[in-house]
Amino acid sequence: MSLLSKKNMGFLKDPLMDNNPISTQVLGICSALAVTVQLQTAIVMSLAVISVLSFSNVLISLVRNKVPSNIRIIVELAIIATLVILVDQVLKAFLYDISKQLSVFVGLIITNCIVLGRAEAFALQNKPWPSFLDGVGNGLGYSMILIAVAFGRELLGSGSLFGFQVIPDAAYAAGYQNMGLMVLAPGAFILLGLIIWVQRTITGTVAD
Amino acid sequence: MENLISLFVESVFVNNILLAYFLGMCSFLAVSKRVDTAIGLGAAVIFVEVITVPVNWAIYHYLLAPGALSWAGLPDVDLSFLGFISYIAVIAALVQLVEMIIDKYSPALYSALGIFLPLIAVNCAILGASLFMVEREYTFVESAVFGLGSGVGFALAIAAMAAIREKLRYSHIPEGLRGLGITMLITGLMAMAFMSFSGISL
Repeated sequence: MSLLSKKNMGFLKDPLMDNNPISTQVLGICSALAVTVQLQTAIVMSLAVISVLSFSNVLISLVRNKVPSNIRIIVELAIIATLVILVDQVLKAFLYDISKQLSVFVGLIITNCIVLGRAEAFALQNKPWPSFLDGVGNGLGYSMILIAVAFGRELLGSGSLFGFQVIPDAAYAAGYQNMGLMVLAPGAFILLGLIIWVQRTITGTVAD
Repeated sequence: MENLISLFVESVFVNNILLAYFLGMCSFLAVSKRVDTAIGLGAAVIFVEVITVPVNWAIYHYLLAPGALSWAGLPDVDLSFLGFISYIAVIAALVQLVEMIIDKYSPALYSALGIFLPLIAVNCAILGASLFMVEREYTFVESAVFGLGSGVGFALAIAAMAAIREKLRYSHIPEGLRGLGITMLITGLMAMAFMSFSGISL
């Protein structure tokens, strides 16, 4: 079986749209909302989640036949927590300002349901390489929603993208105002609700 | 004392752990279909929060913080990077312990809480409260009050949501918006309502 066979690519592509971790599997919503006031923090958070998710899937897949099933949760949590500590230390060393802004949310990747959810649902039954692709795919699907929400919130809430002002001064002079609600919590909930609506209309997913 | 009351009110209403910090969303969305199960989960979260936040406070201040090991003659040791793994271990162990105690002394409550007890171990609200406690440098008493407050806040939000969703079953919602979509929109409206508490100062 080649490394990038059609089946394996499916593991990578499927979570992007049809089986998106946030909007379809309803996993990992907590952190998706808190870090999306700005695009920059959203992207750093996405990278952190992708790396933790792919490596935790690989490691859990490697030990899947050696761990008794009644202690698997604590083993999985220990693996995930170790990876999160590594990511946190790297962020603190190289991107100190952003790690301050992300505050507790890097640590909360441990309890992010995506990581444990994919470990339980996929990595425990599959070989390391498909698990890695599944991790990357789900991480990308998560990032996609995260970046879409952050794009909307930063554009509407502060009139900027990546910290650069994009709404011209003339618009402000003509009476345009930033939408303060978008920076606060309710804006995130409502924007995510609308994105899920659009996404589910495209894919045709209907909940009961 | 006044300071503690205001911390409590603030963590229940103004800085509600769910509606202002988005923590515990997964179980909030999954378990808010019926009022009675939502209240059961809320009670379990309050219980676990009240215990884990002060215990993690003690672990941080006597074992992990820079210089915390000076009582053992090791004043230069800084183990704070071990924070995450110790907190999650404490939470998982305590949830297991609480589960066994409830099972032994109150089987009725145990069967009412059912599957929610073990699931609390991976509820972001619990770990989040411990991490906030470290970041905001609470004292021991403050951390206990904060744990209680965030637990009550979570319980309040999830019970209210479950009540709304029970009524929602009778409304006609566009197809793509059913389920998660409409729940997020309602949560947004609830968060907006809770924001009106931010004018309160004690």
